[in-house]
Amino acid sequence: MVLLQLALKNIMGAKLRTWLNIFVLAMSFILIVWGKAIVVGMGDQIIDAMKDVELGYGGQLWHPDYDEEDPLTINDAHGSIPDELVPGIEAGQIVPILMATGNIYPEGKVRSVLIRGISPDQQILDLPSSVLKDRKGVDYPALIGKRMARKNNLAVGDMVTVRWRDTNGVFDAREVEIVHIMNTVVYTVDVGQIWFPLETLQKMLVMPNEATIIALGKDTGIAGDLTGWTYKSLDDLLANVLELLRMKNGGGNIMYGIMFSIALLAIFDTQVLSIFRRKKEIGTLMALGLTRNKVIGLFTLEGSLHGALAFILGGILGFPFFRYFAVKGYAMPIEGDEYGFALGNVIYAKYGADLLIGTTLLLMATVVLVSYLPTRRISKMTPTNALRGR
Amino acid sequence: MMENKLIAGLAGVALVLLFNAPQSACANAPTPEQILQRVDANMVFESAISKTSMTITNRRGRTTSIISKSWSKGEKNALVEYLAPARNKGTKMLMLDDELYTYSPAADRIIQISGHLLRQSVSGSDLSYEDMMENDALLEVYDAVLDSEEVWDGRNCFVLALKAKKMEIAYPSRKVWIDSERYLPLKEERYAKSGKLLKKIEIRDLVRTQNRWYPREIFFKDMLSNGQGTIYRIEEIQFGVDIPEHLLTKAALRR
Repeated sequence: MVLLQLALKNIMGAKLRTWLNIFVLAMSFILIVWGKAIVVGMGDQIIDAMKDVELGYGGQLWHPDYDEEDPLTINDAHGSIPDELVPGIEAGQIVPILMATGNIYPEGKVRSVLIRGISPDQQILDLPSSVLKDRKGVDYPALIGKRMARKNNLAVGDMVTVRWRDTNGVFDAREVEIVHIMNTVVYTVDVGQIWFPLETLQKMLVMPNEATIIALGKDTGIAGDLTGWTYKSLDDLLANVLELLRMKNGGGNIMYGIMFSIALLAIFDTQVLSIFRRKKEIGTLMALGLTRNKVIGLFTLEGSLHGALAFILGGILGFPFFRYFAVKGYAMPIEGDEYGFALGNVIYAKYGADLLIGTTLLLMATVVLVSYLPTRRISKMTPTNALRGR
Repeated sequence: MMENKLIAGLAGVALVLLFNAPQSACANAPTPEQILQRVDANMVFESAISKTSMTITNRRGRTTSIISKSWSKGEKNALVEYLAPARNKGTKMLMLDDELYTYSPAADRIIQISGHLLRQSVSGSDLSYEDMMENDALLEVYDAVLDSEEVWDGRNCFVLALKAKKMEIAYPSRKVWIDSERYLPLKEERYAKSGKLLKKIEIRDLVRTQNRWYPREIFFKDMLSNGQGTIYRIEEIQFGVDIPEHLLTKAALRR
């Protein structure tokens, strides 16, 4: 207790030097927590959006020939929907999706598109598929995303020619009507894609009761391959995104490391300077009966108090800042899909307990270590030399 | 005496006209199958070496020309080497059945592409690889009905409506204007299953070579796009040439 009071008195005595150190450390703490919270928030937003809109929450079944990274496999990747899935499909909890490549001709320009068919009654994907249902007088109702609409200058009610080849390779082409333009952050269901009712697309492609992939709801009980279908868990489906986020996080850690090092360097420097300038004091303390270890403890405590005060200051200064970015979010200058992420243009910071406790513990542990390292010199000092300032 | 000479002269002229008249005027017009047979005799070949140019005009009226040399054997084996423009020079495409291999000298790599690429447009033109390399006998894949007889571009033509015999034919129906004397399709319309007109083809120039009529210049137009079409010109062609086996192999792409 005496040591603590003494340490506190000493660092307060250093006045501006102490407060500058605490301020730099507090700023580092705030920026590290904020930066990490933005990355965590971004990752969670991307994953949640993909699950909500594209993947579903129970994994997917893929036709064995389907390779999402090879568009040339799409037209060959289709198979009959297993009978055991029919009750789940009727309940809207299992969603077969059929895909084929084709072209659209907006304003006479030819563009490649991925044509997708989805049941208008599905309930697990956050897509406005119900707009495709029961369109009287519209034989080929089509749903597109806002990016697709913008790029091709299409609006609701527009007719556009779509050309495709059926399962036999026979050309077909129809005028389709854009019945809805959806606004989604998941660009992979938007860019270069056009959605039709599943049954309509099955007829167009002459692929009755067939699908390319089947999205599963939460409680379907399916967690393995079915005959002719390969099961992909959510971890499999998100593997690329998680890897990408890990890489981004790794890059961020280098920045935090540099920022943190600058703050720690200030503490290290202060400690070295203190020991150099306070040799007589160290000698006096030893002469008064303090063991070397207690003197080392005192100086380490002084350095560590910087960390503790920085944490308190960081908390006071950071709270409104953290709260603002958790509630209002960080507005990016461009939409997230420009970076290749299913993300809108606002990222909401997410501060988990693991992030706050982890960062605080890491900060404190390194501050204690950096405070301790320069004090090892004290163990080599003799009280007589120290009293003479040597 | 003068009157007899005049009658004999008129009879002679009538006979000449009769024998030189287009066959469409004859009472014994050929059946649609016979017409297709004679078209196939002109258009289908066992092997050929040709030099062609393809001029693509985009929506803004900008043109690009690609000059290439082809070695074709049978219906589905062909090697095409680009000679111009400079940036494409040396690029080769090898079609072996339904597989397409491309070789780029810049990358010095052979890439195998699935059969789906055969359906894609060649260098942004109105032709797909399938169109460019098509050498199927029409009689084998289409049933024909004589729709009418019309004059097209000053030539008497049989107008045939073709319906695919098999499910796997890219264009399920076509309408073809066939020169009734030379048995060459001067104009063709290719339709989608829905009946929508997809492609229009016109032979704008032709040549008589090695006992057959063959197109010299063909105009292709994708009717769904507002591009200005593609002109495919056969600068040189030689039929029945012995094409060495090794030329139509992947190893030949790097040579």
